[in-house]
Amino acid sequence: MLRYLIPLGLFVILVIFLAIGLQNDPRYVPSPLIDKPAPDFSLPRLFSPTTTFGPTQLKGKVWILNTWTSDCVGCRQEHPYLLELSKMKQINLIGLNYRDSNILAINLLKKHGNPYQVVVTDQDGSVGIDYGVYAVPETFIIDKTGIIRFKHIGPLLPDEINKTVLPLIKKLNEETG
Amino acid sequence: MKNTIFRPTIFSILYLFLFSLSSMSGAGVEVRKFSAPEQERRYHKLVDEIRCLVCQNQNLADSNSQLALDLRNKIFTMVKSNKTNQQVIDYMVERYGEFVLYNPPLDPVTSFLWLPPFILLFAGTIILLINIRNRNKAKPVELSDADHARSQKLLEDKDNNS
Repeated sequence: MLRYLIPLGLFVILVIFLAIGLQNDPRYVPSPLIDKPAPDFSLPRLFSPTTTFGPTQLKGKVWILNTWTSDCVGCRQEHPYLLELSKMKQINLIGLNYRDSNILAINLLKKHGNPYQVVVTDQDGSVGIDYGVYAVPETFIIDKTGIIRFKHIGPLLPDEINKTVLPLIKKLNEETG
Repeated sequence: MKNTIFRPTIFSILYLFLFSLSSMSGAGVEVRKFSAPEQERRYHKLVDEIRCLVCQNQNLADSNSQLALDLRNKIFTMVKSNKTNQQVIDYMVERYGEFVLYNPPLDPVTSFLWLPPFILLFAGTIILLINIRNRNKAKPVELSDADHARSQKLLEDKDNNS
């Protein structure tokens, strides 16, 4: 009896592991940057390219960094929700226009609305590399001390905003910077 | 007639396959100029060993994605400025995590990946040894006088029949 039960037991364990594996999204790679300082940058602003902007100007504030491009489907999908989010209090939404054309990016924001406080342009993608960006749109939440506390890969949809983003921002705003 | 056409086709397909295999590891489409052959070797080793996160089952050398190109450029400049292989690997792992390594180091998390084959090999060897020992110990079945008589009778019957 035992000689049949052992292989059966091993098979069941294997099936359980495979079933768990099927639930995982292979596109979601956990970021090693969580709980690490947000990489510094100084990039030209989209709407006034002669001036630059960087995380140092946001010290002491909780802020969201959203990477996007004008030709990315997921970015268009999340765009209306970002617009809604930007109207709320205590939201500092910064856009990182990743490897894009300035004209196309400006046109898109003029046509569909601009949810961002500031948009910076990362034309050679080097800041994207520092943030480990590999599938735009990606969204980071950074706390008052400049530590990355959360990363979301893919479009930021209402479910995620209500369940994770807003409670986390509320919590981070209560922390002393 | 049909056969004579078919055969060369099969062979040319096989040849094509052969060549595609040989060029696979030397990919990285851009033309790079290295000041030392040692740097070129290291560059090719690194782009072969690091995964492209955009097309996850390809390495940086094989991938055509924009990110893979950016990262190849980055590795190229790092190798040219005499950064060690470890420095390049650390740079990638800091940003994208250990998932980018096709050859992950042994640590508490990856031990789940590295150890099972050895555990299975060990367990299999033990089970095999136990089985062999039990088999050697097993005594031949003792036959009673009645059994002997019966087998004798069976053999005689067979002889008579033939």
